[in-house]
Amino acid sequence: MTLGITPSQTVGPYFAYGLTPNGKYAWKDTFGNNLITSDAAGERIRIEGQVFDADGAPVTDSMLEIWQADAQGRYANPADPRPRNSTFQGFGRTGTDGDGRFVFDTIKPGSVPGPDDKPQAPHILVAVFARGMLRQSYTRIYFGDEPGNADDPILALVPADRRATLIAAKSVTNGHPVYTFDIRLQGDAETVFFEI
Amino acid sequence: MTFYFPTQSLSAFPPRLSPAYKSTPKRSPSKPLILMKHTLSELTGPVYGQDAVQPGDDDLTRQHAGEPLGERIIVHGRVLDEDGRPVPNALVEVWQANACGRYIHVVDQHPAPIDPNFTGSGRCKTDANGHYKFVTVKPGAYPWGNHPNAWRPAHIHFSMFGHSFVSRLITQMYFPGDPLFPFDPIFNSVTDETARNRMISVFDLENTVPEWALAYRFDIVLRGRNQTPMES
Repeated sequence: MTLGITPSQTVGPYFAYGLTPNGKYAWKDTFGNNLITSDAAGERIRIEGQVFDADGAPVTDSMLEIWQADAQGRYANPADPRPRNSTFQGFGRTGTDGDGRFVFDTIKPGSVPGPDDKPQAPHILVAVFARGMLRQSYTRIYFGDEPGNADDPILALVPADRRATLIAAKSVTNGHPVYTFDIRLQGDAETVFFEI
Repeated sequence: MTFYFPTQSLSAFPPRLSPAYKSTPKRSPSKPLILMKHTLSELTGPVYGQDAVQPGDDDLTRQHAGEPLGERIIVHGRVLDEDGRPVPNALVEVWQANACGRYIHVVDQHPAPIDPNFTGSGRCKTDANGHYKFVTVKPGAYPWGNHPNAWRPAHIHFSMFGHSFVSRLITQMYFPGDPLFPFDPIFNSVTDETARNRMISVFDLENTVPEWALAYRFDIVLRGRNQTPMES
């Protein structure tokens, strides 16, 4: 038996009280934007950025979800049988604010296995949801200071002149590493999205 | 069990650019999406702690001091994969307008009353058979600014996680026989009629509770197939 899947519909403009209440509504958050657990090894990092539409206007009603491996490159999921050393779950969710901004605090992921046993450079999957998006768009965050990016099999699929949209630039704020990753839904500098 | 996630199944989804829904033209990609084989990153997805869902989170009529106004209903169904197998322990999150068609969200300015006894958020996990169940009130239709005299058909927003991050689905459940269907560009963004009708719940007399609540059934199929084709 093969069943047809249920179609996607937009998250709409009013998801916050259900999915990202963040203290503003009488509802407990299921997930938040801080993925760090005290027992997780690895470098604590912040990822921040803004979401923009085709006109360069900030998208103030989008939701981002991220999914990543731990610092050893292991996923907290049964499909990854390798043992893990912490309770790090690797999933986060946040809405964008009135300026279209978002922040995640997390652990820098390690390299994970890729096609044909070639390693993938450290990366984080991102799903973007918003009013005006009938289905989520997927992209990836890579890290500007990773030499492995040059050999990454997925980045190699992306036209060279668009790869920079996937690479977060590193800076240091108050001694803490911050990676900046803006998401442009459309336009000349449009973020690369994957059909997965 | 090893799963794979055929991208052909995505033909049931609406196109990203659907001009009748006027927020899509500036929020949909204009450049081609990059096709790629799924790696371990796509073949995995979040698994939740036991504390993700608290008792009572599945009853939207009992979150406040009093009961909300409106028609009390039971909404239930199963979460399945493309092989028709139940997806157990799947997180299901819902949010909706109240019986008057008003969302509690601060941005909603529709001049219909807010119900102090109704937030409109719920969550639960599917059981071993993939079954979920909510108690709520039937949401009202509401106007929106997409085009003159635009009204959304009554709907409940659903958010689901399946076997992997690519099974992630956010959709809307509609109610059978809604006269607004032909006029709604979001509902009709799904161009395939068979796929579109999968978003319409079924009136479920059998699970109605006499003297208490009507019932609607809404089964949800997420991406994901067994790696080994099933014997027929």
